[in-house]
Amino acid sequence: MAIDTDVIRHLSEAQVSVELQTEDMTLNIGPQHPSTHGVLRLVAQIDGERAHDVQPVIGYMHRGYEKLSEVRTYPQITTIVNRIDWVSGYANEIPFIVAAEKLMELEVPPRAQYIRLVLTEMARISSHLIFMASYPLELGAATPLFFALRERERVLDLLESVTGGRFHPNFNRIGGVKPVAGAGSTQKKVGQDLPVDFLPETMDAMDRVSKVCDELEDLVAGNEIILARTRGVGVFPIEVAASYGLSGPNLRASGAAFDLRKIENYLPYDDFEFNVITGTNGDCWDRWHCRLQEIRESAKIIQQAIDGIPSGDLQAKVPKVIKVPAGETYVRAENPKGEMGYYLVSDGKDGPYRLKIRSASFSNLSILPWALEGVLVPDIIAIMGSLDFVLGDVDR
Amino acid sequence: MIPEFIVDFFSNFWVSLAGKLLLVALAIPLIGMALGFAEIKLSAKMQARVGPYFAGGRWGWAQLIADGIKFFQKEDIIPIAADRPVFKAAPMLVLVSTVALLVVIPFGPGLIFQDLSVGVFYALAISSLSTIGILMAGWSSGNKYSLIGGLRAAGQLIAYELPLVLAVVGSVIMAGTMSMSGIVEAQIEAGFPYVIFQFVGFGIFIVASLAELTRIPFDMPIAESELVMGYLTEYSGFRFLFFFLAEFANMFTLSAIAVTLFLGGYWLPGIPESLVELAGPFIVLGKVFLLAFVMIWFRWTFPRFREDQLQTLAWKWLIPIALVNIAATAFFKVML
Repeated sequence: MAIDTDVIRHLSEAQVSVELQTEDMTLNIGPQHPSTHGVLRLVAQIDGERAHDVQPVIGYMHRGYEKLSEVRTYPQITTIVNRIDWVSGYANEIPFIVAAEKLMELEVPPRAQYIRLVLTEMARISSHLIFMASYPLELGAATPLFFALRERERVLDLLESVTGGRFHPNFNRIGGVKPVAGAGSTQKKVGQDLPVDFLPETMDAMDRVSKVCDELEDLVAGNEIILARTRGVGVFPIEVAASYGLSGPNLRASGAAFDLRKIENYLPYDDFEFNVITGTNGDCWDRWHCRLQEIRESAKIIQQAIDGIPSGDLQAKVPKVIKVPAGETYVRAENPKGEMGYYLVSDGKDGPYRLKIRSASFSNLSILPWALEGVLVPDIIAIMGSLDFVLGDVDR
Repeated sequence: MIPEFIVDFFSNFWVSLAGKLLLVALAIPLIGMALGFAEIKLSAKMQARVGPYFAGGRWGWAQLIADGIKFFQKEDIIPIAADRPVFKAAPMLVLVSTVALLVVIPFGPGLIFQDLSVGVFYALAISSLSTIGILMAGWSSGNKYSLIGGLRAAGQLIAYELPLVLAVVGSVIMAGTMSMSGIVEAQIEAGFPYVIFQFVGFGIFIVASLAELTRIPFDMPIAESELVMGYLTEYSGFRFLFFFLAEFANMFTLSAIAVTLFLGGYWLPGIPESLVELAGPFIVLGKVFLLAFVMIWFRWTFPRFREDQLQTLAWKWLIPIALVNIAATAFFKVML
């Protein structure tokens, strides 16, 4: 009997002294993973479902565009800059072209400017619609994808009808825009530079885009589970967001009314009425909702621009071989993903001496280690998705 | 009319066993394919798509047959890091648990493989076996995503077994028996399906069985946007096919249990007594497909919960509500 109790006491003490050995698991999310938007790799230490010390590893998509552009002429560079952020290819061309024009002190005809503006906003709509499609998918809802992509297809069709390209239009020329295919330099008649039905069809398409925004709001915003997954998740206070250099909808969702379309003068945005959409909490839900409302605003801008599109030339007078006078400039623009800027240094030759690209996604992604500290594994995906970056834009 | 030796032949234990086995072996792929096809076509409809169109010449009816043949042609890949015997056993265990569930579902008066006196108990016990198979798959794959998926499945099992069991207690109390066919007969006697009084239990049962099935909104063990494919990540070929079939067959069996316990099984008002035996299976199938439709509808409408939200839902809401439901049912049973 005595032995028995001894044994029992011994065993119970042994159990107390044994500690459960737990150890963090290193989880490599990516570079091949369904939700990393390309080839991002996250190295996360996870303890059960909770992650800490999440480090993004980038560079899998580096294509050396800054270096490549040093050995190319200005017209050739537009073909590579629109591959930086491939879901809004057209919008990438604008700040580069404007930078070159600024150094050349070219006056771009208003009609060309309006066409640029319309197409840029179309690129914004198509980029935001991709986000509308992919974000619910990352939360597990497959159906909004089809609603969003259906409208995006129509917008891309319109973009294609003007530029000939869906993703990589390469439509801008220094001093204006490319004469539409088939028209050529012999085309002098005003109003035939754009496809005949383009203007009315765009008006229609923008109505439909606004309608699909309502549908998406019904489908996604009316869903309790989506709200539970996104409200209060990944909150970026405005100071933190600004300190990491966030821009675009990611910053505006935190409450900063920072929109380069209102600040800079790279395209004639002053002519139009539109609101800068801001959020209040800076959580995933706000980032989703800001983008949704920005689609509506973009549709409004396009409709106004089409109503008031001026007639005139598509091209300013430029020499046959474009040489940009020596000098340096920085032009930034409000791209769908955020602030995109080109720091152009020219030494007077037909190609840039140095072209530094400031891309929005790179800075937006830099908040990840801060944002993902101590969150659950499903929230990693929710927060990462809500930043809406494109790896081509990160690595360039 | 039927020669005696034929009757003798079929009433032989081994022969009838072989017949039943053959029936089940045919039923599982057929059910899986029917529900799978319903899923791809319905999801296409919900998403303004056409879905499979060319396989088989019309509406893509042969799509899943083609898929099945494709799966069998594939190389059987087992990762080096995998625990081979467990990795191989897991899909079979999942499928077996589904097959074993079919045993106690009454498709008509007397049309049941085995009328156990503890049918409900058996069904619930067996249905949780499949989660063990999932845990085995997750553990043995030698893949971190699989491991997380498998453990999520285990957590889900513990959380959702309870509401599942508690939800059916109401029906059992009302019927006063645990035999599946007994419960259907009690509903026929009462003249109404139990869902009228057990709507709370029915709702909890459907939610909990969605979680058991690991279907959206409770598909965290798979969660392809987070865990690639969860416990299925390393499976390919016919082993994957086993899981695929088991998922749909499980959907069928759990719906069939719900139909039996809450919707009156093979009973339908206005069907004459003489026809019930013939029409029974079709009535059951019709009701099952109705429930399966609801599950498919959920899947293509909702996103998925987070793991902690799932646990909150189970422990803070479903289980207390189910307990209150049991207490209320027992109270009325005693009082009335």
